[in-house]
Amino acid sequence: MRLRDVGFVCVVVGFGLAMGRGVIRPASSPSARPGRQVPGRPDVVGKVDGAFREGWRARGIEPAGPAPELEVLRRMTLALTGAVPSLEEIRRFEADGPSRLDARLDELLQDRRAADYLAERLARAFVGVEDGPFIVFRRRRFVAWLSDALVENRPYPEVVREMIAGRGLWTDRPAVNFLSVTRDEMTERPDPERLAARVSRAFLGARIDCAQCHDHPFQPWTQGDFRGLAAFFGTTRSNLRGISEGEDAYRPLGRGTGEPTAVAPAVPSRPELLPAEGPPRDRLAAWVVHPENPHFARAVVNRAWALLFGRPLVDPIDDLPSVAEAPPALDLLAEDFKAHGGDLRRLLRAIASTEAFRLESTDPPGDRADPADDETWAAFPMTRLRPEQVAGALAQSSSLAARGPRTPWVARAIAYAEGNDFVHRYGDAGEDEFAPRGGTIPQRLLLMNGELVEKRTKPEFWNASKRIADLAPTDAKAVELAYLAVLTRRPTPEEAAHFAPRLEGTSGDARAEVVADLFWTLLNAAESSWNH
Amino acid sequence: MNLDRRGFLTLAGLGWLTPAARLLARQAEALDGPAGSIILLWLGGGPSQLETFDPHPDAPTSGGTRAIDTAVKGVRLASGYERLAAEMGSVALIRSMTSKEGDHERGTYMLKTGYRPDPTVVHPSIGAICCHELPVGPVDVPRHVSILAGRWPGRGGFLGGEYDAFQVDDPRGKLPDVSAFVPAGRDARRALDLDVVDRAFARGRSARVEATLHRRAVASARGMMSSEQLRAFDVSQEPAGTLAEYGDSPFGRGCLAARRLIEVGVRCVEVTLDGWDSHVANHEVHRGLAAQLDPAFAALVRDLRRRDLLRRTVVLCCGEFGRTPRLNPFAGRDHWTNGFSLALAGGGLRAGLAVGETDPEGLKDPARPVRVEDVHATVLTALGLAPSRENVAPLTGRPIKLSEGRVIPELLG
Repeated sequence: MRLRDVGFVCVVVGFGLAMGRGVIRPASSPSARPGRQVPGRPDVVGKVDGAFREGWRARGIEPAGPAPELEVLRRMTLALTGAVPSLEEIRRFEADGPSRLDARLDELLQDRRAADYLAERLARAFVGVEDGPFIVFRRRRFVAWLSDALVENRPYPEVVREMIAGRGLWTDRPAVNFLSVTRDEMTERPDPERLAARVSRAFLGARIDCAQCHDHPFQPWTQGDFRGLAAFFGTTRSNLRGISEGEDAYRPLGRGTGEPTAVAPAVPSRPELLPAEGPPRDRLAAWVVHPENPHFARAVVNRAWALLFGRPLVDPIDDLPSVAEAPPALDLLAEDFKAHGGDLRRLLRAIASTEAFRLESTDPPGDRADPADDETWAAFPMTRLRPEQVAGALAQSSSLAARGPRTPWVARAIAYAEGNDFVHRYGDAGEDEFAPRGGTIPQRLLLMNGELVEKRTKPEFWNASKRIADLAPTDAKAVELAYLAVLTRRPTPEEAAHFAPRLEGTSGDARAEVVADLFWTLLNAAESSWNH
Repeated sequence: MNLDRRGFLTLAGLGWLTPAARLLARQAEALDGPAGSIILLWLGGGPSQLETFDPHPDAPTSGGTRAIDTAVKGVRLASGYERLAAEMGSVALIRSMTSKEGDHERGTYMLKTGYRPDPTVVHPSIGAICCHELPVGPVDVPRHVSILAGRWPGRGGFLGGEYDAFQVDDPRGKLPDVSAFVPAGRDARRALDLDVVDRAFARGRSARVEATLHRRAVASARGMMSSEQLRAFDVSQEPAGTLAEYGDSPFGRGCLAARRLIEVGVRCVEVTLDGWDSHVANHEVHRGLAAQLDPAFAALVRDLRRRDLLRRTVVLCCGEFGRTPRLNPFAGRDHWTNGFSLALAGGGLRAGLAVGETDPEGLKDPARPVRVEDVHATVLTALGLAPSRENVAPLTGRPIKLSEGRVIPELLG
């Protein structure tokens, strides 16, 4: 049997099991309720806007104009669900009242699709992307748990505390995967050093692990800090009964001596916030999420910003400056996050409501050599779509209705498997997902000639291209619908004049072919591979 | 029959030899310099050193594995490698490899990049390094190719996605994604239409759209779609005898395609033979795989040597780690990093010898241990690259050496 067949059988069996265990939810009721109150914008938004305005004024920069609403809808939907908005969603959006962007944002934030997608993105930072045969299923369980936490909008500090201090089996305590995924085959226990690196990067926005071999060149972290952090995990055990605490301590090789040396747990800053009593991981968790710990809130703000903008507010995402060098927005949002008990949904809503998020993605003002590097945020940044966003956009644009929890699970299972293959071939960004990456030739080949693209664009009954060709009342309308489905915008007059005449007088298969070719062109244009 | 030159070459099975490639080939021949390409035979899952390059037939750990003599006196291989044994004069073994990574993904990273996984940076694989460091010839096809790519093909890492390996399946099948699903006329028209859409998008953001280099990538991809060099992937152009020498297996065909790709100027070809993770029934697993590896590896070395390509091509054959000397209750062997084997050939490296020695029981550390990074430093040096050369990782600005290892003196210098 070929590996791929084995994989297919595993997927089928896995889905069966997953359904039974409730890992993948069947159709759940959509969250949007018509006519409900849209909560007001968090007041921190005004302060952030003010700070950016102040910065632009000081530098003499004229910011870009406000982006068209559909453009904002596209970036919002891509960031929160990993796909472009469906024609159905666009139609509903355009029929809505004046503050429809805020209303849509609120809906999306409560949508299970968004929770699933954001959970997957966050999981990259928390448990990585390793995909060994035993890890895949446990990872899905972890992502499902995280997704539930997001839907319920559980306070973020509580969620993090569960990951760091958790005990038990991964089946009923999915959070412990944070620990068990680092299990070292040789020592048969979670790896304290990898855990220290994860904690510092994911929750403190600091690369304390750089100090694993040497003291950090630009930051105050030392090798002692790193080892002190690792020592909190020195007694952690992982076996068939799950995560537990053992006896012995963390004994890395001493610097210089090369001999194992016992290291006592210690935190790299603000030791007074560390509880004196309790099991080591409970103490560490309490310190990490302590409201006075300055690193925790800033790290989550920078990550949430990156999820929405495609680029962190401070680059790289996990190496935040320790003092005041950061843009004021970072600390304003961090303060608000703390003041509201670590409300992640509020934070996401605040960032997506800022003026900066809703600016046009025009060239940054002035003569900047590298527009990709613009750190003034005076125009929305253009970033390459992530592989699964490209796959998601491809799947979504080929179907008229929104795909998501309401799509039958078989269809989603197939989409998941197809998408995974596509993502693998497209080149998954891995954990380092916000590092800028160049486009590659295989990516272009895959989008031009790949099986999935052919399957999704060819004039077949279920594909949008066919349905648009059959159902659009006029040629111009057919072109417009194709543009809306793929690029979430209407064609310019020039574009309309170029494409509509192609459809003139056509019918049946010939007409469907022209629309399918238009879909192909739109999918292969730079615009559809970039967030803008 | 009216034959033009290209038609003749095609019939003669030399169609890939376009003028540009021929020029390159001639240039390369004229050069008596260092090696210019690397072929990585990747044994995914981690092969047992005892059933391949480092047999200990008399030890209780052998489990019945026998050893055979080779063309080199004193160097023996496990039975099943009779063809490779005949080529031993062109092959060097290292039997004392050590690593700290006993997990498949991490071990693969270690062997392919020469660095331990590091959350602060993704290191490029050795193939990506070659593509980045060595001069670019007139090649339309990707210069980093992974045939039968396993789960973790060579990556560009911090050098960028454009150095990732281009992944292809069994060369017997159709090359993926290089031909349009629609007739040429339609395909050309829809590609021309891209201009209309890109123009609209560039309005107000021309500098940013320019910086995406999207059009350049599209143009290169389309150039590749119509390139004559794609024939290098097509092993059916080879005489039946050559195909048979390499073995009638996807891996054998992959090795043959690797040689053809090297000839058109591809820098690194990775050919994967998966399935060595023999936690159960180790000996049966290894017997089956040896039947594929032995003919392919031997034929590749012989073929490269006959074509005078071996001097300029490094062949490296390894997996992510070795396997425990002790057999487990399921007659399997588990992961083992303290004394495993790999094989090297070509690139002007010394051959016909075995470096290092292991304890048959695995109780003592191997004699003359060799670290993974030392192999990398050696291969890079054979390719004319200084391991100490640094590239700067983006974002952190951290300078990172091509390899932190030391050249293995037994093989070079």
